[in-house]
Amino acid sequence: MDIQEYFSLVFSDYTLRTITLGTAILGAICGMLGSFAVLRKQSLLGDAISHAALPGIALAFMITGTKDTNLLLLGALVSGLIGTFWIRGMITKTHLKSDTALGLVLSLFFGFGMLLLTFIQKQPNANQAGLDKYLFGQAATLVEKDVTLMAIVTGMCLIIMLLFWKEFKILLFDADYTKTLGFNTRFIDILITFFIVLAIVLGLQTVGVVLMSAMLLAPAAAARQWTNKLSVMIFLAAIFGAFSGVFGTAISASQNNLSTGPVIVLVAAVFVFISFIFSPGRGILFKQIRFWQNRRDLKLQKTLQFMFDIAKGHEDISHPHAIKILNNFQGYTKGSLKKMEEKNWVEVEGQKWSLTHDGYTVAKNLYTQE
Amino acid sequence: MEEKIAIRVDDLTVAYNYKPVLWDIDLTIPEGVLMAIVGPNGAGKSTLIKSILGIIDPIAGSVSIYDKPYVKQRKLVAYVPQKGSVDWDFPTTALDVVMMGTYGKLGWIKRPGQKEKKAALEALEKVGMLPFKNRQISQLSGGQQQRVFLARALVQNAAIYFMDEPFQGVDATTEIAIINILKELRKAGKTVVVVHHDLQTVPEYFDWVTFLNVKKIATGPVKDIFNDDNLTKTYGINYKVAVNQ
Repeated sequence: MDIQEYFSLVFSDYTLRTITLGTAILGAICGMLGSFAVLRKQSLLGDAISHAALPGIALAFMITGTKDTNLLLLGALVSGLIGTFWIRGMITKTHLKSDTALGLVLSLFFGFGMLLLTFIQKQPNANQAGLDKYLFGQAATLVEKDVTLMAIVTGMCLIIMLLFWKEFKILLFDADYTKTLGFNTRFIDILITFFIVLAIVLGLQTVGVVLMSAMLLAPAAAARQWTNKLSVMIFLAAIFGAFSGVFGTAISASQNNLSTGPVIVLVAAVFVFISFIFSPGRGILFKQIRFWQNRRDLKLQKTLQFMFDIAKGHEDISHPHAIKILNNFQGYTKGSLKKMEEKNWVEVEGQKWSLTHDGYTVAKNLYTQE
Repeated sequence: MEEKIAIRVDDLTVAYNYKPVLWDIDLTIPEGVLMAIVGPNGAGKSTLIKSILGIIDPIAGSVSIYDKPYVKQRKLVAYVPQKGSVDWDFPTTALDVVMMGTYGKLGWIKRPGQKEKKAALEALEKVGMLPFKNRQISQLSGGQQQRVFLARALVQNAAIYFMDEPFQGVDATTEIAIINILKELRKAGKTVVVVHHDLQTVPEYFDWVTFLNVKKIATGPVKDIFNDDNLTKTYGINYKVAVNQ
């Protein structure tokens, strides 16, 4: 199946439609909540939480003996939340830096989870096969029930976000100040964190423990490049996330069933790459172009200033001077003289130049304007 | 006229780990003064403001604003944090930041409307930042960012203002603009408390001063207590005061 075939099938084929819808919704909610994580400088929190969810999955299986997705994800949710509270506790109680706390919880929980997984695999129980899909995710196992759950959580998250928009925004920008205004910052904080944990847990089945944090961060990082408005950023992040999901699924389904999670993450990375280079305000390309333009303009202005200094000594400012005097001056080239002529700053006649009235006024106001 | 007490701090003690940062601070600040808190680095100046405002939990002590506990009087109090305490690359505009000053009175969930926007624009005008209202905040200079923070506090229309080093890293023009606004606030009967670093300007800017170095050294009118003796007690070295020159 090639990509074209995929897109013709996506609306008619039930399985394909379910999976695509699932990854799109997942991408959208992750992009939305990822924006919060990125702006709070908690980018690594997602990584820690997703790894912390692994032992929950294993334990849920050991206790119940079934592979019901909802039960396993409930286990993941509980252990993800425990991980989160450990991180918060460590930071507030021990004065460890947050990166240390995140790293500790991540490796501790992940190590424990892997231990449990290998233990389960040694058991003579045919049911255990397939638990390791939570490591790297397997979008193909998505069924309608999973997608419905994702849609409900995304809807809830959207409502909460719209309801508490003002509170979320001010907490993200200035938490201390928010507290002095009388808002319960702990409540807002827990609300945001809870939804981030929820989004991560929902994504485990599709993208897996290891790559989940990229789903949160990549769309948000890409979106930040294109806008200076929080609402637009979150909207764009959701769009980027959703498109990563759809394209990732399309590519993986059309290329002999490549693992979906990694492909989605790579597509998201392409969004980031493009945004870093081509976004008009913050992108590397336009920054460089602006830098060159500025340098060129400055060079011209330098020459103009020099001419101004010469011309203002004369009664008639348009008194012609030899081009030769400019030779000792670094900013001068034939090209720049021509450009200045185009701007009507100077007039060139033979081997002489003279400042025009326009040029004089521009030069005079060059460094006085705000 | 009977003198009202705007802020009363009793036995306030704050510690990080086992090290006391503020030790048994008693402070009464009368209404309508423009007060500087001075002291060396690590003296707990910012901590004092933050624990009065409930951002830091003290080990002991209480704070009352106009004779009622602070938590009941939040709407009377505005705060200007240190400029460096937030990420100025946050995706928002100057006007939007100033609007945040109205959030407290709005309370949960309710969105700011035209009335709030008008108040924010007025505050921006007062600090001379109206032309920059739609500017992304990272594209403002340090002084402009400080003015935006000041406008955000002005929009709260409070009775008491706490400011954490509002003159840090701003140029002379901005410093004068800010101090003029503070003096206007005092004229309107507001109480202003400022963490301040530049001892030279204390007598010129302020009428009340608190010397702090973990413990409170002295508090009172500048003309009575701003002297060599208190400066030496606070900073530990013999301080030549500019005023005496």
